[in-house]
Amino acid sequence: MADLKINFAGVELKNPIVTASGTFGFGREYGEYYDLSKLGGICVKGLTAKPREGNLPPRIAETPGGMLNSVGLQNPGIDAFITDELPFLREFDTVIIANISGNTVEEYAEMAEKLSGGNADIIEVNVSCPNVKAGGMAFGTSTEGVTAVTKAVREKTKTPVMVKLSPNVTDIASIAKAAEDAGADALSLINTLLGMRIDIQTRKPILNNNVGGLSGPAVFPVAVRMVWQAALQVKIPILGMGGVESGSDAVEMMLAGASLVGVGTACFHNPYAPLDIIVQVEQYLDKKGIGSAKELTGKVEPV
Amino acid sequence: MPNLFDCNITENIRLTNSVYSIAVDCESIAAESAPGQFLHIKCGDRVLLRRPISICNVSGGVLRIVFEVKGEGTKWLSLQQTGDVLSILGPLGNGFTFLKGNVIVVGGGIGSPPMLYAAERAKENAAVTAILGFRSADDVILKDNFESVCDEFHLMTDDGSAGERGSVILPLENLLKNGEYDAVLSCGPHKMQEAVAKLAAEFNVPCQVSLEERMGCGVGACLVCVCATMPDGTMKMSRVCADGPVYDAREVFF
Ligand SMILES: Cc1cc2nc3c(=O)[nH]c(=O)nc-3n(C[C@H](O)[C@H](O)[C@H](O)COP(=O)(O)OP(=O)(O)OC[C@H]3O[C@@H](n4cnc5c(N)ncnc54)[C@H](O)[C@@H]3O)c2cc1C
Ligand SMILES: Cc1cc2nc3c(=O)[nH]c(=O)nc-3n(C[C@H](O)[C@H](O)[C@H](O)COP(=O)(O)O)c2cc1C
Ligand code: FES
Repeated sequence: MADLKINFAGVELKNPIVTASGTFGFGREYGEYYDLSKLGGICVKGLTAKPREGNLPPRIAETPGGMLNSVGLQNPGIDAFITDELPFLREFDTVIIANISGNTVEEYAEMAEKLSGGNADIIEVNVSCPNVKAGGMAFGTSTEGVTAVTKAVREKTKTPVMVKLSPNVTDIASIAKAAEDAGADALSLINTLLGMRIDIQTRKPILNNNVGGLSGPAVFPVAVRMVWQAALQVKIPILGMGGVESGSDAVEMMLAGASLVGVGTACFHNPYAPLDIIVQVEQYLDKKGIGSAKELTGKVEPV
Repeated sequence: MPNLFDCNITENIRLTNSVYSIAVDCESIAAESAPGQFLHIKCGDRVLLRRPISICNVSGGVLRIVFEVKGEGTKWLSLQQTGDVLSILGPLGNGFTFLKGNVIVVGGGIGSPPMLYAAERAKENAAVTAILGFRSADDVILKDNFESVCDEFHLMTDDGSAGERGSVILPLENLLKNGEYDAVLSCGPHKMQEAVAKLAAEFNVPCQVSLEERMGCGVGACLVCVCATMPDGTMKMSRVCADGPVYDAREVFF
């Protein structure tokens, strides 16, 4: 039996599979289906300094092999997360990753401070949400923005900081490097790709927000490419995600350079997807006679 | 507990030009289902997301769904045959609440199927009146089923080609004016439900509506399926899949 354990930025995970932020709520719903302790980790729904109601519906449009969403960070706010949701999540033996989004650099710093001292095992700094007007992706598409947010968060916390990068950039490597240089302990990518669908009968966009973020199998090759390009540029570990549906997708993501693999949209059609993927990765390792999952990271042999 | 099941299709009948009735065998879901709940159904490998379809009724371990072909997912579903297997997540959502007293169920078009299950349950301890509305005679579904379950039945069509001409609002207003009713339960187009809710409120009769929104997970985790509700005077984005699809009409922000 292969060893699935991963040490990620100093945090020990029992396996490399974590749920992607915004696709798994705060764990309560899928917790009705299986024991959350089986997961390597849980990235919770994106948190903001104040509660947010998000965008108006419709918030979802299906696309070939994927979907657009324009949720717009609906969440109860960081204080309610800490008092109402975290105690439930802490009942499980799994790593808790808190995902934060700010309107300003100061808001990111303030939230990081609140999450310090054990309120999260890892802080995932979302500078890549395409569905909010201020903040979000505005920070993640320039090296200056990423540097400013990462530095501000770094100063406020000893908890490992993971910066979540946007794929809506021309040079992912330079953005990845900026996050590393500013003190990030890890990177996660990709967030969703900005997209649009139009109803040809009504001539109206399907999403009330007009545009939304693309996720699901359609984005997988883009995600693999970006993880690979980022991994070549930085020494810090990477959580790779975007369209992972199976154990072989997860292995591919790791070969590209990911230490951990996020599973999001796959849960929507198969609630058990993260657990199935853990089993499939283990089977792959055993079949190939590979002793440990961590041996896969970055082992692609480019031509 | 809702869960994921592979269910055998026992029957697929075409009811109208574009509406089909599929029966599947699933003891586990059938045992837990309540009127107003829905199933999240995988429609082949070409579409990624599951499709939410209401439970039309349950007999023994057999569940029935009645659906209209709209796009690729429901098209695929309509082509499945007896013996084929459907991947179903369910039963999901909160159904109708049943209290003692006389009940009116209102169904508009393809919103009618879940109202059959509601009428059957309500009939266990109440007198039930059904009002169904369709575009024209060709679109009428489940008439015989409603007629055999309900104490009183009103059929309406937009063009008068079957039943009475006009909308479900006409007989609803007459009933509420002249009778004693304790609940109105409804499912159908948004505009129709808004009118039903308004009328019920005028006559001070508690009204529950079943809403529709595009869905992702179907279990309450992704927040894509929300509608605006006012549970306590402040507007809140509520998850149709998990907090609904059935709501007290007074809470809905139409
Ligand atoms: C709680 C609930 C219960 C429902 N019950 C029934 C029923 O009993 N019978 C029936 O015929 N229909 C029902 N519907 C509507 C049904 O889900 C849609 O008609 C169906 O999803 C269309 O899928 P498609 O692939 O054929 O269409 P497409 O238009 O190709 O679908 C594209 C995407 O949009 C979504 N979508 C499109 N129209 C709707 C809609 N009206 N509501 C929700 N999502 C939509 C699809 O799920 C899919 O993700 C219900 C919807 C909800 C939310
Ligand atoms: C409905 C939905 C909501 C999301 N919400 C967030 C969020 O709040 N914060 C965030 O960083 N990413 C969010 N994401 C992005 C995912 O975490 C992930 O990066 C992306 O979906 C790609 O992975 P996937 O294809 O496996 O879903 C969301 C994605 C979806 C589909
Ligand atoms: S469909 Fe995911 S929360 Fe309702």
